[in-house]
Amino acid sequence: MAEQSSTGGPAASNEGPISRLIRAAEIDTRMLGMLAAMLVIWVGFDVISSILRPGGGGLFGGSFLTSRNLWILLVQTSVIAVMTTGMVLVIVLRQIDLSVGSMLSIVAVATGVLQVFDLGPLLGVGHPAIWIIAVVFAILLGAAIGAFNGILIAYGQIPSFIVTLGGLIAFSGAAFLIASGVTVAPMDKTFKLIGGNGPAASIGPLWSWALAAIACIGIGVAIVAGRRRRLKFSFKAKPVWAEVLSVVVGCAAVLGTTAVVNSYLYPPRVAERFALDNNIPIPPGVEDKSGLAICQAADKVVSCVDGLTFQTGYPIPVLIMLAVGLVMTFVARRTRFGRYIFATGGNPEAAELAGINTKRLTVTVFTLMGALVGISAIIASARLDAATTALGTLNELYVIAAAVIGGTSLAGGIGTIYGAILGALLMQSLQSGMALLNVDSAYTNIVVGIVLVLAVFVDQIYRRRVK
Amino acid sequence: MSTETVVADKGAPLVEMHDISIAFGGIKAVDHASIDLHPGEVVGLLGHNGAGKSTLIKVLSGAYKRDSGTIRIDGKDADISNPRDAKAFGIETIYQTLALADNVDATANLYLGRELRTRWGTLDDIAMEAECRKVMGRLNPNFRRFKEPVKSLSGGQRQSVAIARAIHFNARILIMDEPTAALGPQETAQVGELIKQLKAQGIGIFLISHDIHDVFDLADRLTVMKNGRVVGTAHVKDVTKDEVLGMIILGKVPPGATPGPGAIA
Repeated sequence: MAEQSSTGGPAASNEGPISRLIRAAEIDTRMLGMLAAMLVIWVGFDVISSILRPGGGGLFGGSFLTSRNLWILLVQTSVIAVMTTGMVLVIVLRQIDLSVGSMLSIVAVATGVLQVFDLGPLLGVGHPAIWIIAVVFAILLGAAIGAFNGILIAYGQIPSFIVTLGGLIAFSGAAFLIASGVTVAPMDKTFKLIGGNGPAASIGPLWSWALAAIACIGIGVAIVAGRRRRLKFSFKAKPVWAEVLSVVVGCAAVLGTTAVVNSYLYPPRVAERFALDNNIPIPPGVEDKSGLAICQAADKVVSCVDGLTFQTGYPIPVLIMLAVGLVMTFVARRTRFGRYIFATGGNPEAAELAGINTKRLTVTVFTLMGALVGISAIIASARLDAATTALGTLNELYVIAAAVIGGTSLAGGIGTIYGAILGALLMQSLQSGMALLNVDSAYTNIVVGIVLVLAVFVDQIYRRRVK
Repeated sequence: MSTETVVADKGAPLVEMHDISIAFGGIKAVDHASIDLHPGEVVGLLGHNGAGKSTLIKVLSGAYKRDSGTIRIDGKDADISNPRDAKAFGIETIYQTLALADNVDATANLYLGRELRTRWGTLDDIAMEAECRKVMGRLNPNFRRFKEPVKSLSGGQRQSVAIARAIHFNARILIMDEPTAALGPQETAQVGELIKQLKAQGIGIFLISHDIHDVFDLADRLTVMKNGRVVGTAHVKDVTKDEVLGMIILGKVPPGATPGPGAIA
């Protein structure tokens, strides 16, 4: 409703069966386009990699569409995706935040220093409270910096471009000073799990299926409840088949993703460590020259732990990304705060005249952006197991690019959370796909840049045609 | 400058704006202007572009904060410093620019700033849409495009959304800034009908207009402004259109009107 809408409009009488279907089911055609682009990119990488390096085990014989690569792709996407959900709201409000990369650095470094140099000696290394204090600190520090930006923009009436450009430069300098120019490591062992490293950082197959089941039931309940309410006010509801289709497609997506993350097995060495830690017997074998236990199978030598087949399931950073996506979608679509952001982005003067406190709204949105940067800083430093000043470098550009590829209009008022997350996934797919093909990162940057401009160009044409 | 309040001629005024001044960067947009409004009365506010009529009225609607002067609602001092304050006094405004959030739909605009919420605190879009359908059904029965951003609506449809928003929340004082500027003849006539209905309900209306004919058709009294000052106020039946034109262009006050500070001696 408040977000970009492909529904409604005077019904064209000469539409074909497909467009009738799309209209009846109220499908966002723009999202379909993005999914199609993603499919082309994924299949393309898998096919090309199968030609260059056959036997990757992917869906088309390459090394892109393997459960391992897709699992890693999701983890890699999470840092940018979490931030981009906030950037959507910032851009919808007709503002911009160029400082998120430097903000990520400063939060990561400050949180790293706190746990390594302050909490470690104070509470004892590995104390169970350390990670909780660090997480709360990171989110609050991010929110505070965001609020500072927001106050300068709303009450100081300095353009957000300038305030956050200043922040981009200043925060990275401050991060360098806090870290005294060194890499802060290692992180607390529980904190580290948030980055998705190691067996304990994933929830395992059982919990993954349980979550998937809950998500499926949730989709069904939401659609039935929405339908009931519409009928209660005797509005025209979607046809039943369209509702059923929504549930089936939504559920299939959830179950499919779960099947993929569950079919990624721990690498042998990690599995071995996991087995040892959890007193799971490893089949007897002899150590090979790398020190890895190997077993005699019927006719060939295999890693003993291959036989154990530990499935990873959803890694924690991906769960965080999904949770943030859900919460932010709820905020954008179902709350007054979200409605005000979209209305203000559409016409700031009208929003002000309607009695909306647009200044306070601006501060809140930037504070929220900062808190999300805090979450991303936790994931990024936990994943690296270190905090460095360079951690957030260029992140602001990727975050903005993801939001824009995902259909957020820089003119304000238009954008969706799921679109931005898909945008982040699409961009990460390009980057990791080309890394997989051993393409020089210079070329990768060129391609990502071109895709950004192309995405906006295609979007413009699409919007003009819809109009 | 301090003058005694002009004695009202029938009952207590709904609105008294007394000795209002506001300046923007040294330019006195409104200069010691006074104006009043009674329940069930339509007061036309006339003047050239830049005469200060919109600015004066934006002081009442809370869009601007006055530099000096007093506002009384029902005879009591009213502290209006933003649009929320004004709405709390039952003052609703239909702006010349319509002031709609272009990218959201009619329902969201109708309830902007006053959303209905479910018991969970979330937006109750369905209930709002149901109510919006009722209101729009009365104002503009042909209106069907509830799901589209108001950007894609016609001028008349946007106007009905703006009017719906102003009258749906029990307004007592309605400010209409050039309400017919964007409309065709038929829609203009509809607005005229609506003004008569609202008047019969006891709502006081400030009607700002360039169009002297509109004002003579719809208003009970009129006030003319020039260069930020009030030239004079008159009952519509006491003056002719030519005399009012003289007030607008020259600042010359005819015998049927009460002169203000902007009248030429």
